[in-house]
Amino acid sequence: MKNESVTTGRLTKAPENFLKPTDIQTVVREHAQGRRGFIQGLFASAVAGAASASALAQNNSDNGDPNILNLPAHTTGLGQSVVTDGYGKPSSYEVNIQRRQSPGLTPTNQASVSFAPLQSLFGIVTPSGLHFERHHQGWWDIDPSKHRLMINGMVKSAKVFNMDEIMRLPNASRFYFIECGANTAVEWRNVAVPTVQYTHGMLSCSEFTGVPLVTLLEMAGADLKKAKFILAEGADGSSMTRTIPMSMVTSGEVLVAYGQNGEMLRPENGYPLRLVVPGVQGVSWIKYLRRIEVGDMPYASKDEAVHYIDLMPDGLHRQYTSIQECKSVITTPSGGQVLLDRGFYNVSGLAWSGRGKIKRVDVSLDGGRNWRAARLETPVLDKCLTRFNLDWIWDGKPTLLQSRALDDTGYVQPTYQQLRKVRGTRSIYHNNAIQSWLVQEDGEVKNVQLS
Amino acid sequence: MFNCLKYFLTIACVMCISIDITAQPTTPVQRFVGIGRDATPAEVKAWDIDVRPDFEGLPKGSGSVKLGQEIWESKCATCHGIFGESNEVFNPLIGGTTQQDIQTGKVANLKNTEYPSRSTIMRVATLSTLWDYINRAMPWNQPKSLSVQEVYAVTGYMLHLADIIPGEFVLSNDNINDVQKKMPNRNGMTTQHAKWPGTEFNPIIGPDTQNVACIKNCAPEPRITSFLPDFARNAHGNLQEQNRGVGPQRGLNTLVSKGSALPISVVSTSDANKPTEKSLNQMAMALFAKHGCAVCHGMDKKIVGPSISDITKKHANQADYLTAKIRAGGSGVWGNISMPAQSLPLADAKSIGQWIAQGAGR
Repeated sequence: MKNESVTTGRLTKAPENFLKPTDIQTVVREHAQGRRGFIQGLFASAVAGAASASALAQNNSDNGDPNILNLPAHTTGLGQSVVTDGYGKPSSYEVNIQRRQSPGLTPTNQASVSFAPLQSLFGIVTPSGLHFERHHQGWWDIDPSKHRLMINGMVKSAKVFNMDEIMRLPNASRFYFIECGANTAVEWRNVAVPTVQYTHGMLSCSEFTGVPLVTLLEMAGADLKKAKFILAEGADGSSMTRTIPMSMVTSGEVLVAYGQNGEMLRPENGYPLRLVVPGVQGVSWIKYLRRIEVGDMPYASKDEAVHYIDLMPDGLHRQYTSIQECKSVITTPSGGQVLLDRGFYNVSGLAWSGRGKIKRVDVSLDGGRNWRAARLETPVLDKCLTRFNLDWIWDGKPTLLQSRALDDTGYVQPTYQQLRKVRGTRSIYHNNAIQSWLVQEDGEVKNVQLS
Repeated sequence: MFNCLKYFLTIACVMCISIDITAQPTTPVQRFVGIGRDATPAEVKAWDIDVRPDFEGLPKGSGSVKLGQEIWESKCATCHGIFGESNEVFNPLIGGTTQQDIQTGKVANLKNTEYPSRSTIMRVATLSTLWDYINRAMPWNQPKSLSVQEVYAVTGYMLHLADIIPGEFVLSNDNINDVQKKMPNRNGMTTQHAKWPGTEFNPIIGPDTQNVACIKNCAPEPRITSFLPDFARNAHGNLQEQNRGVGPQRGLNTLVSKGSALPISVVSTSDANKPTEKSLNQMAMALFAKHGCAVCHGMDKKIVGPSISDITKKHANQADYLTAKIRAGGSGVWGNISMPAQSLPLADAKSIGQWIAQGAGR
């Protein structure tokens, strides 16, 4: 037991392990004297990695782990009262888990992006406060009592709804992923960013609650036979507009949503009303939704005529490219992380498809030569994130991790070579290539691309 | 008997309710009584501002290139550059198109993989897009403040900068269709792809790639072709602080270079959360971002206005001066482009002024 750090093949010490033995002795001594505040401060770091801290502790005492032997303040004192915080927050130890900007990506902070910390999330639901952000002209917190939704264009009579009315209607709650069309954009040519937060973090998944848009269109007497497109428009400064196919609207899957994960939408995500367009890139999920126009031709709005168009090698731009095709990524272990030890790991990741359900995810440990099917965790839902897991015993040798998703249309997530062969490297959008992570002998995980 | 009667009555009641249910209205109009109202013509006019590629929705009017230049230089050039060429704040608007492109309707430089950037005018096929977006979203901090005449004028000035229309041109709803026929990339778009979620443009087209889910001995031994160079190790901040402090792995400490001694500092996750660490610096940085100062002022780089480090050098410890300058704006101190007066609260201007005067946290 004394040499646990050797016998388990530990490669690198967890940061909290750099408490000197004398510090630990101080903690123990101070604790014995009942100075709890002091202990909480110093002890926090040691507690974070109880198992590894024990390795050090073994050097000081043959009796066992001081985390066990010396009862901590939280076991020997009175805890905090109810409603200390009327809206609870994550543990203070979770402060590292933040959405973040990628340095240098955008010169302004209002037309910008923040990335969700995929490397730290479990399951399929993104906590609302960690949902990725993309704003085109800054975000607002809009008074819902003053918000209106107008339906006009090819309708019998243009209609106005307020939030009270929209929320009176029968609603549906469904889980969907939302991914920015430019997710993984910086990696088309080569590796550009270190972690899965920056490579894939313009991806989130929530339970959205709202009214099928088709209901509102029918209430306005929309000409659902002649109409082919709708224009959705936001109430923010840029009054974001996007064209949506009428076939998606009449299928009932497009929602006018006010709910997200059991509460109202967050302001950064469009409070009080946004469009939910399952399987389609996030830019179409118009936030602060104020107007729907029913029409018979596409609108060529700025974000479908200047941006969100895909440049092909022949110099043509593909316009109205909206579907997010099948894609997956391993989130742990992933770039910028360090494995602390050899032995068992649960390789875990996310898979999704804008065309339907995930059918299978394969994981390779040798850079794509051989593959094993991962476990798909339930639920597996249409146009929703699916969590996959795979047992892995790491022997300490360099390992190239990849995941490859298949959806229920039979489509298989492509390699970079396959994607570049058709689209070149300048199309910015819709990069759904297989991601590779290199686990080095020293436990460091690196973002790499392979031949 | 009584019980029995009650039983039959209950059944009867259930039946009459069920009859009611089957008679319920089925269309949304019949079902959702009392929800929604007709929009007034004035309401529709106020919000229905979009302009389609066939120019449906375009208000009647006109604006001269000459007027466009005046507006451009006072309201647009700070972000987009005098000639629409600036790459500092947004992507360039103008540049990269030729008279040949105006003839063919396809921008040749888009095929050239060596061409450094793609301006808006190189990409946009539809003139309606420019008119619509300038009208709905510009200027950046005062969207929808331009008159119809001004939108025509600014749109025309941009087209003039790209040599599409001459300097004496007056763009109007009467001639905009003719100008559309000169857009340099008007033939540069395609909808022949599998990524539209419907059949409105095409019959179904198959996806671009046909990967096969091979399982064994699928590919030759891979070679690593791309990874981040060591000098970029810390470019996204210390990754140790971007990962959970507990679990199967930690974030990499990118403050130490590979091969050097292991980190000796204890990064306690609880310490980082203490409100005392919300220093003046962080608060001022947040205000600096919130009020959009970074659009024109880089920390160390001149963008439109001077860099923060240059301002600190010139006005160290002059917090009051800087506070007043932020609020009132100014011109001539740093160059020809003036800084407009800023309407932020005095307390925020003071925080930012003080922060810059004291070295901006450095």
